[in-house]
Amino acid sequence: MSLEDIFQETVSAITMNKARSGLTILGIIIGIGSVIAMISIGQGAQGSIESSIQSIGSNLVLVMPGFQRGVGTQVSSGRGSAQTLTQTDADAIKNEVTLAKAVAPEISRRYQITAKGKNTNTQVVGTVASYPEVRNVQIDTGVFISDQNVRSLSKVAVLGPTTRDDLFGTSTNPIGETIRINRIDFKIIGITKSKGGTGFGSQDDMVFVPLSTAQRFLAGDNYITTISVEAADPNDMAAVQQQVTDLLLQRHNISNVQLADFQILNQQDIVQTASTITDTMTMLLASIAGISLIVGGIGIMNMMLTTVTERTREIGLRKAIGAKKKDINFQFLAESATLTFIGGIMGILLGWLISLGVTHFAGIATEVSFTSIALAFGVSAVIGIVFGYYPAQRAANLNPIEALRYE
Amino acid sequence: MIECKNITKIYKTGNIETAVLKGVSFKIDKGEFVAIMGPSGSGKSTLMHILGCLDTPSSGTYFLEGQDISQLSDDQLADIRKDKIGFVFQTYNLLPRATVLRNVTLPLIYEGISRFQRDEKAKQSLIAAGLSEDRWHHLSNQLSGGQMQRVAIARALVNDPAIVLADEPTGNLDTKTGEIVLDTFQRLNSVEKRTIILITHERYVAEHAGRILHIRDGEIIEDEKNINRRLNNNNL
Repeated sequence: MSLEDIFQETVSAITMNKARSGLTILGIIIGIGSVIAMISIGQGAQGSIESSIQSIGSNLVLVMPGFQRGVGTQVSSGRGSAQTLTQTDADAIKNEVTLAKAVAPEISRRYQITAKGKNTNTQVVGTVASYPEVRNVQIDTGVFISDQNVRSLSKVAVLGPTTRDDLFGTSTNPIGETIRINRIDFKIIGITKSKGGTGFGSQDDMVFVPLSTAQRFLAGDNYITTISVEAADPNDMAAVQQQVTDLLLQRHNISNVQLADFQILNQQDIVQTASTITDTMTMLLASIAGISLIVGGIGIMNMMLTTVTERTREIGLRKAIGAKKKDINFQFLAESATLTFIGGIMGILLGWLISLGVTHFAGIATEVSFTSIALAFGVSAVIGIVFGYYPAQRAANLNPIEALRYE
Repeated sequence: MIECKNITKIYKTGNIETAVLKGVSFKIDKGEFVAIMGPSGSGKSTLMHILGCLDTPSSGTYFLEGQDISQLSDDQLADIRKDKIGFVFQTYNLLPRATVLRNVTLPLIYEGISRFQRDEKAKQSLIAAGLSEDRWHHLSNQLSGGQMQRVAIARALVNDPAIVLADEPTGNLDTKTGEIVLDTFQRLNSVEKRTIILITHERYVAEHAGRILHIRDGEIIEDEKNINRRLNNNNL
C-alpha cells in the first residue's frame, strides 16, 4: 500500500464522520494547547527571573561580610560582624585574583535625601569607577563617578531614575543641581538608565557617590559592605570564587573555612536556584496540562475502537481481497496519528494564542519556545500511535470470515 | 486448476468436535462454471472459505494452480487471495460513500500499481461486468442492488483472478435482477473464459452453471453434469 493510498484512505475515513472526528480532535487540541500554554507561562517566568538576576551584572561573584562565628581568632569582632571587608581587600582581589576582570567595592546604606524641599529615603552607594561595568549599570545622561572623583573625595552624586523622579519629577534633567545627603551637599553629575528589574530590590532607586566620599563624610569609617567581582568568563566563576576565598582567608588570618568572616555569593548559584524553582513550577503546570492530553488520547482510542467495530465488515472485505495484517494495522494507525497530528497543529496554535492572551491581558511574561512546540508535537504523535495501537491491532487481528459475517 | 483431496474441517467448541467437512474430494478445470449447492448447514460456506483461501482445512490437501495452499500462513494466504481469487458476496460489501471506480480499484491498492493503471483495469472490468459508464463516478450507495452487485463483480475481476467465487450472489436480489447478475456470470464464463464457482442453496440458481456439486452434511453426494442448463440467449 503506497503512502498516497494510505493518505486517501485516512482522509475518507476521517471525513466519513466529521462530527465525531472533530470532537476527538478537539480533545487533542485542548490537551496540546494547554501543555503549550502552561510551559510558555513557566518558561516566561523563568526568563523574567533570570533576566532580573542578570541585570545586577554578568558573571558576578559578590563578596559580603559574614558573621564572626569562632571564639579566640585574631579577627576583630568588636566592631560588629558586618564590618570585616576593607578597601585593601578589594585592592588585593583586584591585583591577585587573575581571573577577575573587574572589581568594584561599595559601601551602601540608607539615608534621608533632600532636594528643593522634597525628600526621600533611599540607598546611597559609595563606589568606584568600575562599578557600572561590573554591575551592568548604564548612564542615561551625564557621567558616572570617575577615579578622579574617588581620589579627590568629590561631593558628586549619580541618581537612579526612580530617585530622580521622586526628587525632581519625572523626565527632568537635574544635572548640576544639588541634593543633600546627611546634611552634606552633593552635586548631581549623571542619571543612570532604568533597569526595570525588581528581583533584588529596585536597581533604579539608588544614589551613587564616590566610595572615598561615602566613607569619609557619610559612614565615617573605612569598611565596605560589598565587593563585586566580575569573572572574565562564566566558566571561571567557580575558580574566581575559590581564589577570592583563599585570598581573603589568608589576608584575614583564618585557617578554617567554616570560620570565614565573609561570605561569597556566586551569581550562577543564584540563577541555578531560581531555575530549579521555575523548572519545578513549569513541570507542575505542564503535568496538570498533560492530564488533559491523556484524556484527549483516551478520546482517540475510544473513537478508533468504535470505528473498528463499525467497519468490521469493511475490514473483512479488505482482508478477503488481499490486505495483510500490516496493511490494516498501518491504515488504522495512520488514521489515529492523523487525528492527533491535526489536533497537535491546531493545539499549538491555540496554546500560542492563549500565551499571547495571558501576556496581553494578565501581563505575565510568556515564552513559546521551539522545544515546547517540538515536545508537544512529539507527544501528540506518540499519543496517536500509543492510543491507536490497540484498536489497530484489534482490526488487524480480525478473522476475515467472522468479520465478513458481522452484522 | 483446482484439486481438493480428502478435505476435512473440524471445529472445536470446548471438548466437542464438530466435523463440518468429512473428506471432500473433487477437481475443477480451468474455464468451468461450477455451482456448489446444498442446504444451510451442509458445509458449503466452509468449503467456499477454504476454496477462497480465507481458511485452511484441518486435513487433506488443496491445490490451486498446482500450489498446495493447505498449510500456508495468514499473510501467504492474503497474497494468494490478492493474486488469484475474486470474491462476490451476497451483501456486495462495497465501501459506502466511495465512488464505483474507487470500489473497483480497492484490491489493486494492495498490489502497489500506479493510479493510472488501476483506473484502466477498473474500467475494463466494469465493462466486463456490464455496468454502464454513466454510473462509474456515482457513489456506491446511490446504486440499485443489481448495479451494486455488478460493481462487486467488477471488483472481483480487477486483479485478473484464477477463480471467481460467488457466495449466494443473487440472495439479496429480486428474481429479475438476479437473472441479470447470473447472465453476467454466464457471459464472463463463456466470453472471457473465467473459472467461476457459485455457491447457492437454490436449484434454480445452480442450474445456470455447467456442473453442479451437491453437498450435504459435509460430503459431496453428487457431481452432476448440468444438461438442462438455463441459458440467456442474448448473452451467448
